[in-house]
Amino acid sequence: MMNAPTSLPTDSKRSLWAAVLVGIGVMAAVDEIVFHQLLQWHHFFDFGTPAFGILSDGLLHAVELLAVVVGVFMLLDLSQRKRLATPWAWAGFFLGMGGFQLFDGLINHKILRLHQIRYGVDPLLYDLVWNGAAAVLLLIGVWLYRRAKQSTRG
Amino acid sequence: MHAHGHATQGALLEGWPLALIALVTVGYLAAANRQCGTSSGWSAWRGIAFLMGSLLLALAFAPPLMAWAHHDLRGHMALHLLIGMFAPLAWVLAAPVTLLLRTLPQAGGRRVAAFLQSRFIRCVSHPITALILNIGGMYVLYLTPLYTASLDSSVLHNAIHLHFLLAGYLFCWAILAEPDVSPHRLSLRFRLGVLFASIATHSVLGKLMYSQGWPRGTGHSLEEVRAAAQLMYYGGDLAEVLLAVVLLTLWLRRPVERREALLTSKAS
Repeated sequence: MMNAPTSLPTDSKRSLWAAVLVGIGVMAAVDEIVFHQLLQWHHFFDFGTPAFGILSDGLLHAVELLAVVVGVFMLLDLSQRKRLATPWAWAGFFLGMGGFQLFDGLINHKILRLHQIRYGVDPLLYDLVWNGAAAVLLLIGVWLYRRAKQSTRG
Repeated sequence: MHAHGHATQGALLEGWPLALIALVTVGYLAAANRQCGTSSGWSAWRGIAFLMGSLLLALAFAPPLMAWAHHDLRGHMALHLLIGMFAPLAWVLAAPVTLLLRTLPQAGGRRVAAFLQSRFIRCVSHPITALILNIGGMYVLYLTPLYTASLDSSVLHNAIHLHFLLAGYLFCWAILAEPDVSPHRLSLRFRLGVLFASIATHSVLGKLMYSQGWPRGTGHSLEEVRAAAQLMYYGGDLAEVLLAVVLLTLWLRRPVERREALLTSKAS
């Protein structure tokens, strides 16, 4: 996949970050489609949200939407230039998904209290499963990252 | 007698936007057809883009849809999306200004070119100004009694539609900065940043309307206002993601060597 050894650092870095963006966008889309629309556990608006929450929610929403579009086009650009480092991209994809899931679970649900995972139940178990899933994705990402690093060295 | 006069006036006010759209479309197609005969030619895709924009606009201004929009806030939002985002995007892709400059005789062309260089056009075609005109206009319309007032006045109603058509056009043009040459040379990163701000501010507006029940005093039920706010939220997402996809597709069509420069530098 990688051509000239001199261009390796920039390519792997960009491949990683482009895929991180895609991972963030994909996880956000899963959240929106599965939990907001299909299960309808999440609410469009939680009336316990502070005013600051509305603003940060808007910013986060913009990050989610643009992340997936920009990430996909960065990957397309890299691949057209034959400078896409696939192992790094996979690592980035899982790190992006896990990172976003953990951010959503800790910052959005607990600290900003934008909304809970499910209403009318004790959220503790749901929070544990949610953040546990995030940790698993992150660990896969870390494992792929280390493998990508080794393969680049070797 | 009075009722009849009122109805005729109503029909006229409903009819003139459609007549105007038809006139502009015929003008574009006639000019494009003339360009096809010249050596430089004119892309059929641009013609198709213009037709699509006109069709979307005609759909929005068709009396049955307008009537629906008048009594249902969700209908209003659907129309707003057509007029303010989807139709202008298609028109921008049709490069109407380039066509106008090529079609006009020299003296007229120079006058138009001078107008495009004027401070006024430079100001309103900047992405940030266009963003304020567009999303700022929406904040004013929905979070003040302006929307309610527009339901009773055809003139105000049409003026608002015209505002959003023009603001939407300016915004799409400012973000894409092509195919008509933009007076500004702004990096792709900057324009993506403005698009980011646009998504964030329109989704904040959607949540504000949903939670506070704006626009108020319209006689619409709270459920209807909330459904309309959600339609604006998700519909606006769709429009802005589409704009981002178009922007990056145009970027990807550039030669490989130039992409990096376009990303960060001001060269266009």
